[in-house]
Amino acid sequence: MTAVPLDPQAISVLDRPNSYIGKTVPRPNLDRLMQGRGLYVSDIELPRMAHVVFLRSPHAHARITGIETSAAKRMPGVIAVVTGQELAAVITPWVGVLSHLKGLKSAPQSAIAIGRVCWQGEAVAAIVAVSRAAAEDAAEHVSVVYEELDAVTDMRTALDPATPVIHPALGDNLAFERNHVAGAVGEAFAASDAVVEAEFVFGRHTGVTLEPRAVVADWNAAEARLTIYQGTQAPHMVQNIAALHLGLQESQVRVVCKDVGGSFGIKVHIYADEMATYALSKLLRRPIKFVADRIESFNTDIHARDHRCKGKIGVRRDGTITAFEMDDLTGIGPYSMYPRTSAIEANQVVNLVGGPYVTKNYRARARVAFQNKNVMCQYRAVGHPIACSVTEGLVDLAAMKIGMDPIEIRRRNLIADDAYPCASPSGLRFEQLSHHASLAKLIKMMDYDALRAEQAALRAKNIHRGIGIASFIEVTNPSAAFYGVGGAKISSQDGVAVRLDAQGAVICQTSITEQGQGSESLTAQIVGSVLGVSMDRVRVILGDTDNTPYGGGTWASRGAGIGGEAALQATKVLRRNILDVAAAILQSTPGELDIIDNSVVTAADGTPRIELKELARIVYFRPDTLPPGVQPELMTTRHFVPREYPFAFTNGVRPHGWRSTRTPASLNC
Amino acid sequence: MTCVPLSLEVNGERVDAHVLPRLNLADFLREHLKLTGTHVGCEHGVCGACTVRVNGEIVRSCLMLAIQMQNASVETIEGLSDSGEISDLQAAFRDRNALQCGFCTPGMLMTAQDLLKQSSMPDREQIRQHLSGNYCRCTGYQAIVDAVESTARARAGRGQ
Repeated sequence: MTAVPLDPQAISVLDRPNSYIGKTVPRPNLDRLMQGRGLYVSDIELPRMAHVVFLRSPHAHARITGIETSAAKRMPGVIAVVTGQELAAVITPWVGVLSHLKGLKSAPQSAIAIGRVCWQGEAVAAIVAVSRAAAEDAAEHVSVVYEELDAVTDMRTALDPATPVIHPALGDNLAFERNHVAGAVGEAFAASDAVVEAEFVFGRHTGVTLEPRAVVADWNAAEARLTIYQGTQAPHMVQNIAALHLGLQESQVRVVCKDVGGSFGIKVHIYADEMATYALSKLLRRPIKFVADRIESFNTDIHARDHRCKGKIGVRRDGTITAFEMDDLTGIGPYSMYPRTSAIEANQVVNLVGGPYVTKNYRARARVAFQNKNVMCQYRAVGHPIACSVTEGLVDLAAMKIGMDPIEIRRRNLIADDAYPCASPSGLRFEQLSHHASLAKLIKMMDYDALRAEQAALRAKNIHRGIGIASFIEVTNPSAAFYGVGGAKISSQDGVAVRLDAQGAVICQTSITEQGQGSESLTAQIVGSVLGVSMDRVRVILGDTDNTPYGGGTWASRGAGIGGEAALQATKVLRRNILDVAAAILQSTPGELDIIDNSVVTAADGTPRIELKELARIVYFRPDTLPPGVQPELMTTRHFVPREYPFAFTNGVRPHGWRSTRTPASLNC
Repeated sequence: MTCVPLSLEVNGERVDAHVLPRLNLADFLREHLKLTGTHVGCEHGVCGACTVRVNGEIVRSCLMLAIQMQNASVETIEGLSDSGEISDLQAAFRDRNALQCGFCTPGMLMTAQDLLKQSSMPDREQIRQHLSGNYCRCTGYQAIVDAVESTARARAGRGQ
């Protein structure tokens, strides 16, 4: 052993030999991915596995008056052709609502359309065959008779009385509306020196994961258990939902999630075709694989950010922002997505507009409309780009109107760094943000004054250069306030179990998942740092509901903040337990001992006392040599959930520049 | 449809198979030979995740038919990894964290190695140009260009 004697009192906990927190360290799982030895769901093959291809609607809205499957069933390699009605024997429909989003409504959605299709791309039949190619061949022989219905496409007219109602039982096409008023908005606008209005239009887009959505569902009738291999960000959520709609107990469903080829929020949801794949496995009593192709991904992966938002800002000559007002309209497709719903994005826009600024006067309306288009739902930075663009666009317009520098108007209105804790006009509680420190740092980094001088000089040469600044707040680490309070079984807590194995290495099971963010790495960094072991001795197991604690998974920047904290707490207990055993072995006290570089050492001077592998050998193989009454506990589990604040808000500021040698058509776009 | 015989070399090993004429090379490698390091991202030659080497040239394996490989030599990420040909490039990717989800990475490594074989000291613009047919949705490319550039420098320093 080559441990260097150290004075542990003299060095920070972040500077010990096995301190990895805050340092750049190689991620432990990279070799596997770089050598082509990863295990993505699209790589998985199981004995007797069949492939499903979904025949999808070419119409945005149509009644299905007939499906003829007999010709397809006679095609080579075909195992089954299943319609929505037939699949309904094994899976129940769902409604994507949450009780805390008051008034949110949606219609029952089936795994495969029954009687009617509501968007181009909705599945109308499942073709199961020995290969995907055989299933695609057979899909061409399924004939569906459609009777086209009027399609609701434009969100601007979706709520008009003259527009057909997509789900007549709901009464109208309004899925959700939220109105929020804080302060005295009318008075504030009246007392302003200038009021500026603008409309902001955002186009639909989607996440485009390089590996499409993929599922292998394996119903083992003899065990009465369903194993779902799925590229998902939330395995326990999938377990809950699959069990609920297939009539199973959660203990009958195992969700395994190994490598995931990109997620970005696309894979935090459960899609109808994935539900259909689980159900087909149960119906056909064999493993079924579904891998979306690229066109299916574009047509059926959730879309996001299709918003038209009218904004209004009041400002005084001294730059004081007096009020924000906004009216957001968004079209979400024919159903609210399940189980997270499609109202969260608009709700988030209401929450976040004006968020970085002091004014308490804020009026907002958000309306969420049904359309006959693919579903929209939460995707990376839910609602933030909308809210930030609207807010910062309005602030820039206000500055322009009163002839003030865009930095200066922000300086005068951003919440002071010493004002925390405080709340936004939409009711968000901020623990500690740093808008002014961030802005000051950015101005220095970009040398703002020099850039402005250069901009002016270039303007004389007909070179137009733009400089943009955007301050923002970010919702991270949601508590139960996000989904749990609305009735969704999406855990806001995470758990970590950590144990010392018989050779002094560490095995850590965590409920967060890995899609490339570095979850394995951050967990190993924390465990190694807290325990005093080198990272290469820490193995992290995740993505398996049978073999990890219960938890929420990885989304909304929660992996490190929640799962990482659980790892920290579990490892602290393990460390204490190890030192208890070490004290018994060494006839010392835990307070006199420390763990550094894979060994128990004397805390005072770092003198090595016993290596962890030797301690583990004694505990596991010669417990008879331990003093009576000592029962070592070298596996510990802790869970964590944020309680004090519903969200951990962070903030930032971004510059944006563009250059043009032509006069721009518009400066305020 | 009738299967046709096919003989080729894959990662230095002789392979004899019977395949449907319509089977593409990516599916042949993945489904018949279980070489799942070759990834399928778009199935129409856009994303680059399925890049492999055929007779020394990189190709999109989703745009080639397996039967075009008669007597050809095909090399995949598994072959380049096992032979050690790109171990320095892989180490540079690790050091720079030039991958996140890793789905694009095998294709990215195949394409980067192709450039490094052609050009001993490519500049960043040339690296970006050569990698422009390989999509990465996670990293933003900066770290990938860094890794390729540092590998080129290291190889040039060793006189390779």
